[in-house]
Amino acid sequence: MRNDRDSKTTKIEIRHLYKIFGPHPEAMLEHVHAGMGKSELMETHQHVLGLSDINVDVKEGDITVMMGLSGSGKSTLIRHLNRLIDPTAGEVRVDGENILDYDERQLRHLRRNRMSMVFQNFALLPHRTVRENTALALTVRGESRADYEQEAARWLDRVGLGGSEEQYPHQLSGGMQQRVGLARALASNAPIMLMDEAFSALDPLIRTDMQDLLLELQEELSKTVVFISHDLDEALKLADHLVILKDGYVVQQDEPQRILLEPADDYIVDFISDINRARVLRVRSVMRAEGEARGGVTGEIGPEETLEEVISKSGGDTSCSFLVQQDGRKLGVLDMNDVMRALVPTGASEHGLRSRASA
Amino acid sequence: MATYDWLFSTLGLEQWCGASGGSAPTSLSDLAAQSRGETGEQAVDIWELPFPSMDALNDACPAFPQSRELTLGLEEGFLDIKDTLSVVLDPITQPLSWALDAALYGILNTPWWIVIPLLLAITWAVSRSWGLLAFVAACILGLAFIDHYDYAMQTLAIIFVCAFICVLFGVPIGIGMSRSDTMQNATIPILDMLQTLPPFVYLIPLIFLFSVTEPKLYGIAIILYAIVPVIRLTNLGIRMVDKNVIEAADAFGMTDRQKLFGVQIPLALPNIMAGVNQTIMMSLAMVVIASLVSAPGLGVLVLRGIRNLELGVGLVAGLGIVLLAVILDRVTKASLARINATHKA
Ligand SMILES: Nc1ncnc2c1ncn2[C@@H]1O[C@H](COP(=O)(O)OP(=O)(O)OP(=O)(O)O)[C@@H](O)[C@H]1O
Ligand SMILES: [Mg+2]
Repeated sequence: MRNDRDSKTTKIEIRHLYKIFGPHPEAMLEHVHAGMGKSELMETHQHVLGLSDINVDVKEGDITVMMGLSGSGKSTLIRHLNRLIDPTAGEVRVDGENILDYDERQLRHLRRNRMSMVFQNFALLPHRTVRENTALALTVRGESRADYEQEAARWLDRVGLGGSEEQYPHQLSGGMQQRVGLARALASNAPIMLMDEAFSALDPLIRTDMQDLLLELQEELSKTVVFISHDLDEALKLADHLVILKDGYVVQQDEPQRILLEPADDYIVDFISDINRARVLRVRSVMRAEGEARGGVTGEIGPEETLEEVISKSGGDTSCSFLVQQDGRKLGVLDMNDVMRALVPTGASEHGLRSRASA
Repeated sequence: MATYDWLFSTLGLEQWCGASGGSAPTSLSDLAAQSRGETGEQAVDIWELPFPSMDALNDACPAFPQSRELTLGLEEGFLDIKDTLSVVLDPITQPLSWALDAALYGILNTPWWIVIPLLLAITWAVSRSWGLLAFVAACILGLAFIDHYDYAMQTLAIIFVCAFICVLFGVPIGIGMSRSDTMQNATIPILDMLQTLPPFVYLIPLIFLFSVTEPKLYGIAIILYAIVPVIRLTNLGIRMVDKNVIEAADAFGMTDRQKLFGVQIPLALPNIMAGVNQTIMMSLAMVVIASLVSAPGLGVLVLRGIRNLELGVGLVAGLGIVLLAVILDRVTKASLARINATHKA
């Protein structure tokens, strides 16, 4: 499911997207094309370079995570997808249509029926009940109370908030409020869901719960999710495709495993240096597809198992090898040596991993 | 010969000024100077150099207008446009007269045993507080007991009508201001002026425009004075609505209309109600002053106290006004508190 990116339909295409904040953004475009960076543009022309030449494909049914430090332009980027912000230059294509050509009516249709959004600070309507909040998309479309009541109840149940319909947002805890936010987005039944740091304001345990809930819902609904995060653990847990932003440009975008094994530059090396690699890396990204096991084959493993699980199966024996199998088909072999090599922190192992990957 | 003769001669304007520079003395100082036998050629003492005001320049050049002519000109100008202005304003403002007349007639010709329970019912409806209800009942019954019932009801009727019209126009104007910065920038100086002009000053042009016997004269004065807070606070309230909530409304594809009525106004309601409270209080202040131009009510008694030096009449009426003020304030604040309770963010 995770390796066939090319075979998936592209839901959203972002092409050469630029956003410059300030009084004369168009005039600044020239400087940015000439290679001026964010801090330089700020110093010499007092304009903020929000986004610079962004090109991303969001595949249907994927969770695409955009990650970066504060101020890297994540929120700016996601707001271009439903045109809460208009770009200085570039294109955003949804289902092949450039949404920047949309008039007001088409844009409203896009926001009502094809995209929904979850916000970091929940942004629920404080004067409406949980039920009315959940049904927001439906009421905006003009559906009657009888129609939306059931739908709202269904989604509230689904996110674990059944029975709170009559309460007001301020009566709920942050975690519960964000469940309402999620139910509100789901109830719109839009195929695309935008989530701007949706779980960042929650404490760690609730956050994990919400991540699990999202993955579980995703199994079932296969939405196209664009998820913003500044937390690498969260990004690695959720992402099918990971886009890393810095100062408004894309530093690297790839499958998360690839980014861990082949970080593009020092910025990313820094980013991933604290991660528990054994828990994140999976067998399929470390195994050899061809060749025979070097040591004796001691067992069989699946491609989606983490290296942590493999290590515990090996019982600490670094000389053994495993056969990687899926549905009875042989995919490759995994030597414990390779496992050890993959676990070496990136900064030190760069050379070895790179040469191995290109071989 | 006057101090600023040289100015006109250097500018070559002697022709325009006319032949005589000082033959016809026009001001007191000229006369005084003449009587002292000084015929002009004195050296100008720097310590007594007059400011080049209109009057001083007129000394040097009779064709130059005196400042008295400024006020006269304004007055004549106003009188000139007055007739056309009243042709336009009269029909527009006529409904205000009708509303005020009807309210005054209605409240005085409905028996007290209907009016008082009705007022108490309104109090209960907006505040849901027994304590407040008892307080209001005590005040109204007390005023009625000392035979101030009619005056108090007249004052209340005028306030209700004027405050209602203030809300009717003020809220839409405030909404307009909140949606357009241009409109806000254009409106704020007008609001500032309305709020800082002493209330008596409104009355002057109004007296010229409308006859003193018409209720709309004081109605307009009260509305102009009291409409400001409701406009300001509506504008402010809508502008202060949480940007994140507005963003969510946009993201789910609300139209401007849906946003205005479904999100902005409900969330601005506490502020709008605070504006209504202030508007009511300012109407009360103005209705007292407006008794100078025939507004009925407690203000008339205050005025009588001043004119005839009837200390007791004036003081009791003043106390009645205070009671009304407290009642109106408490009741509107109580309803505000109830709105706030359901709007806790
Ligand atoms: N309306 C605006 N006017 C000027 N500059 C802006 C505006 N909105 C965003 N920026 C700038 O654009 C850059 C990117 O901001 P953005 O909010 O997208 O960052 P972010 O990655 O979402 O950060 P965070 O993690 O803090 O939310 C920042 O430097 C910010 O100062
Ligand atoms: Mg952000």
